[in-house]
Amino acid sequence: MTIEHTDTAAPVAPVPKVQAPWRRFASEFFESWIARVALFTLLAIIALALAAPWITPQNPYDLAQVDIMDGRLSPGAEAFAGYTMWLGSDGAGRDLYSAILYGLRISLAVGVASGIIALVIGSLIGLFAAYAGGRIETIIMRLVDLQLSFPAALTALILVAILGKGIDKIIIALVLVQWAYYARTVRGSAIVERRKEYIEAATCLGLSHGRIVMRHIMPNCLAPLIVVGTVQTAHAIALEATLSFLGVGLPQTEPSLGVLIANGYEYMLSGRYWISVFPGLALLLTIVSINLVGDRLRDVLNPRLSK
Amino acid sequence: MTFRRTAASAVALLAVMATAPAWAEKLSIGIASEATAVDPHFHNLTPNNMISAHVYDALIGQDEKQRLIPGLATAWKPIDDTTWEFTLREGVTFHDGSAFTADDVVCTWERAPNVPNSPSSFGTYTKGKTVEKIDDFTIHVKTEKPYPLVPNDISTIYIVSDEGGCEGTTEQFNDLSVARGTGPFMITAYEPGSVISLKRNDDYWGDKPQWSEVDLKPIKSAPSRVAALLSGDVDMIDGVPTTDIETLKNRDDLTLSQGSSNRVIYLHMDQFREDSPHITAKDGGKIKNPLMDQRVRLAISKAINRDAIVERVMEGVAIPAGQLLPDGFFGVSDNLEIEKYDPKTARALLAEAGYGDGFSMTIHGPNDRYINDAKILEAIGQMLSRIGIQTAVETMPRSVFFKRASRGGEGDLPEFSLVLVGWGAGSGEASSPLKSLIHTYDKDRGFGASNRGRHSDAAIDKMIEDALATVDDAMRQDLLAKATEMAMENLAIIPLHYQVNTWAAKKGITYPARTDEHTRAANVVKE
Amino acid sequence: MTVFVIRRLIQAAIVVLLMSMIVFFGVNVVGDPVDMLVSPEADQAEIARVIRDFGLDRPIYEQYWYFMKGAASGDLGNSFIFGQPALKLILHHMPATLELAFTALLMAIILGIPLGLYAGLYPDRASSKAIMAGSIFGFSLPTFWVGLMLIMIFAVWLGWLPATGRGDTATFLGIEASLFTRDGLSHLILPALNLALLKISLVIRLTRAGAREAIQQDYIKFARAKGLSTGRVVGVHLMKNIMIPVVTVLGLEFGSLIAFSVVTETIFAWPGMGKLLIEAILQLDRPIVVAYLMIIVLLFVVINLVVDILYSLLDPRVRLGEQGA
Repeated sequence: MTIEHTDTAAPVAPVPKVQAPWRRFASEFFESWIARVALFTLLAIIALALAAPWITPQNPYDLAQVDIMDGRLSPGAEAFAGYTMWLGSDGAGRDLYSAILYGLRISLAVGVASGIIALVIGSLIGLFAAYAGGRIETIIMRLVDLQLSFPAALTALILVAILGKGIDKIIIALVLVQWAYYARTVRGSAIVERRKEYIEAATCLGLSHGRIVMRHIMPNCLAPLIVVGTVQTAHAIALEATLSFLGVGLPQTEPSLGVLIANGYEYMLSGRYWISVFPGLALLLTIVSINLVGDRLRDVLNPRLSK
Repeated sequence: MTFRRTAASAVALLAVMATAPAWAEKLSIGIASEATAVDPHFHNLTPNNMISAHVYDALIGQDEKQRLIPGLATAWKPIDDTTWEFTLREGVTFHDGSAFTADDVVCTWERAPNVPNSPSSFGTYTKGKTVEKIDDFTIHVKTEKPYPLVPNDISTIYIVSDEGGCEGTTEQFNDLSVARGTGPFMITAYEPGSVISLKRNDDYWGDKPQWSEVDLKPIKSAPSRVAALLSGDVDMIDGVPTTDIETLKNRDDLTLSQGSSNRVIYLHMDQFREDSPHITAKDGGKIKNPLMDQRVRLAISKAINRDAIVERVMEGVAIPAGQLLPDGFFGVSDNLEIEKYDPKTARALLAEAGYGDGFSMTIHGPNDRYINDAKILEAIGQMLSRIGIQTAVETMPRSVFFKRASRGGEGDLPEFSLVLVGWGAGSGEASSPLKSLIHTYDKDRGFGASNRGRHSDAAIDKMIEDALATVDDAMRQDLLAKATEMAMENLAIIPLHYQVNTWAAKKGITYPARTDEHTRAANVVKE
Repeated sequence: MTVFVIRRLIQAAIVVLLMSMIVFFGVNVVGDPVDMLVSPEADQAEIARVIRDFGLDRPIYEQYWYFMKGAASGDLGNSFIFGQPALKLILHHMPATLELAFTALLMAIILGIPLGLYAGLYPDRASSKAIMAGSIFGFSLPTFWVGLMLIMIFAVWLGWLPATGRGDTATFLGIEASLFTRDGLSHLILPALNLALLKISLVIRLTRAGAREAIQQDYIKFARAKGLSTGRVVGVHLMKNIMIPVVTVLGLEFGSLIAFSVVTETIFAWPGMGKLLIEAILQLDRPIVVAYLMIIVLLFVVINLVVDILYSLLDPRVRLGEQGA
């Protein structure tokens, strides 16, 4: 950082002083009815997405099951194959209910996969920086600052332009965009822990570096990591949708929610609102519930702001 | 509602318009594609040529069906096998008042193919032809060999003035310092990405436009374009998306006009590799490329329900195709029919060819080039799956697609096994697709440049080459029609449909649909 | 201070160089611009000519070398598609984008600070909870979706505002902008609001957090005890404390406004450089992509520098240091 505080160094990320016991944490979390609703919604969405193959009438990716003659049916219409399309169908004849659940799978998978990979890579880099200190730390943190000063959307856009389309490429792009957030968070917490006496004591006891990091430093970084993780996952899902909407994200044939919305965008003015409104609502619900959960987590895990 | 207006009534309207007084009115049009420059020779690209047509004239014009009509030349004829004589129009002046003469044509011919940094030059049309001034209002165009398409090629070159224009750089055309033509409009402002402003040329030699001022605003996103029309931001738009046609048709404050284009959407199939990269047996093992078997190609053609694609994917706004160009174009065959949807026979044909169990294939296409391209390909994937060909569909942006489709494979060969592509006949006759899509790939002679299936048939080649050296129109028509019939018989390509273009405008404004997809303000009529 | 600025600029130069290399090599791997450029009717000879003229037949490192040689003299190459210098094209489109971004920033401050302050001062009121819930939505709603909805509601259904494009511009104090004409303003409102939405939410949350924290601090309690009016406490003492994080974050977020303008400009057909970029990406106009990125990196360095300096002016405890933390 190039900004120096002359008074007490404020840690970059909020750090809980004592690891709150699990139960207290849970009861505090559930105090807010908004958080309860959000968590329930989120779990329901995840469950629906996971169960998609068993609870949908159609596999929207199997061309033999999709019939162009079913295209653009309005909600409640009956498909050629006999089942009812409760949410209508899109231009290619995909049942929207099925397509949304399958699309959720992709959106969530992209968000969670990129989140986890970025978390692992970012945390390792952050820990390494904090633990190594000195020049290495300076260089790494410069890099992190640099990356963070650049808007994620733009970086992702350029990366995808370079990498090309496809799930794997989107995930790579999102990881490259996100790792720095985790690195900063972990390093911020770790640096505070590193100075504490019990770490020194552990070092004196001759514990291995790996053990110290994993058993002592890492658990203390967990709280801020969870908060950053939820927010970042929501962010990644939204970013993927945006990129897909711009035409540089995921391919048409296995549509994520973003692709479904983009396809439906063409139909907005023609009165066939359902093609983009329903996937839009699904996306909205997902992101809002993740953000609400993240918000509550922040309040609960951050003693400075909880009253 | 003027819908599918016939050419006759459009012509009648134009006649009425010519006698009506010129209105001091402003028109603003939302256009789907943006020109890359306002230099008429910088980039041979439809959006650019469309802008050029407002400001400049060619010696020969193209009417809304791409039939040749007199432009700056009043008459033209071949005087021997390799020489064409053009009689130029007298009394025409450029926007700066200087007179138009043969000198302008001669220097334009020099400039057109040689614009620096041109991403696609007009050399395609000027190549092999020399222009000679006979007197101020007569020129001769000489070709190396007998060549019937001289008038068509001439109609693509817009004439600039020898006082400024010919020496002008693209930069100077863009800052409007040399942008003076003889056309119906003068260009008054060029704001890339936002607007091209035009003012009526009151000294125009032809029918004067009804609009004293015109703004052409590029709005690439289709829904935004429609929204701009609905909110009254613009008076007219082109490229109306098929999804919105139904809704717009039902509004009584709007008028739509539609017409078939010169663009056919078709499938190209790998016919030159024993081992086609995207075809395997159903179990993933290698098989001999089934697409080399004509029966398999016929089966694919019969498996495709063209009416369903037109009705469901294109929302009725397309015409099922049985050949390379729709009716009414030069060189079209009268004997060809649209392949009937017949999945039973298709299965039987597959079995007969030894693929009774089907095979597995990935088909490819662009997703941002033709109207509903990705959806069409997906529909085809569904239909092929139903006759036992296990099909996967992969679409990609055109920036990636065309390179891979043309030379992405080993040895710079086409990469894909079956692709969806389109072809618009810029010259307005069948020789254009025949030469580029059907003729054997021949780099040295410039044939088959877009033959991505590498179909090759010596008899068809011979016929195309003969047609391109036959100046007599009747004989050439026969040769082109015959070549088309043979190509369809061979299933060199599988035509799907012809695109239909739609314009929408506020009530009281009509536009005669053009097959070349141009939007020309001069032809916009106020009732 | 001078040393600090110089260090920053050197760092910036290294970043620009690295970025140019990554992007230049990166974009040259994807697709082939030639197929995007030539007319379909062109024959093989014409295609070969274009490849040769644009230097695409040369090895990539050689192309990069020529590019760097040009860049050293301020020439970032010619756009493949427009045939004009890429730098000129981008600068030509820049004012429209800056205008949009500044307006959005202004909206974020004007709407965000009062709402956030209110929510922070009265955290238990229902209206505050509504504001906070609204800000969560503001965060979660994808920009492109909001843009569509705005067009649908205000342009198509209500017909209040134009749907797309930039309106008339006028020159005021030497700045040409559409802010100064009625027509221009009416075109600006929707895209600016679309772009601002995310930032409004951000400002609300930052202000609220700042207010909640400050309110518990002694100097505010002291000011209140002294009997200063609530207006003065809030307006002077509280605001001063809140402004620091808000200014910092907004400064940094200005970059993300420019980034997100890619989306907004695409939907509203706003003739800015974001639209130029997305079209260049889709059409593989490599020189534009590379030049855009280099300009953006430079812009960012400047913004960060300005933010740091502003920060030091607002908060006397902060000095511009010469070493990293």
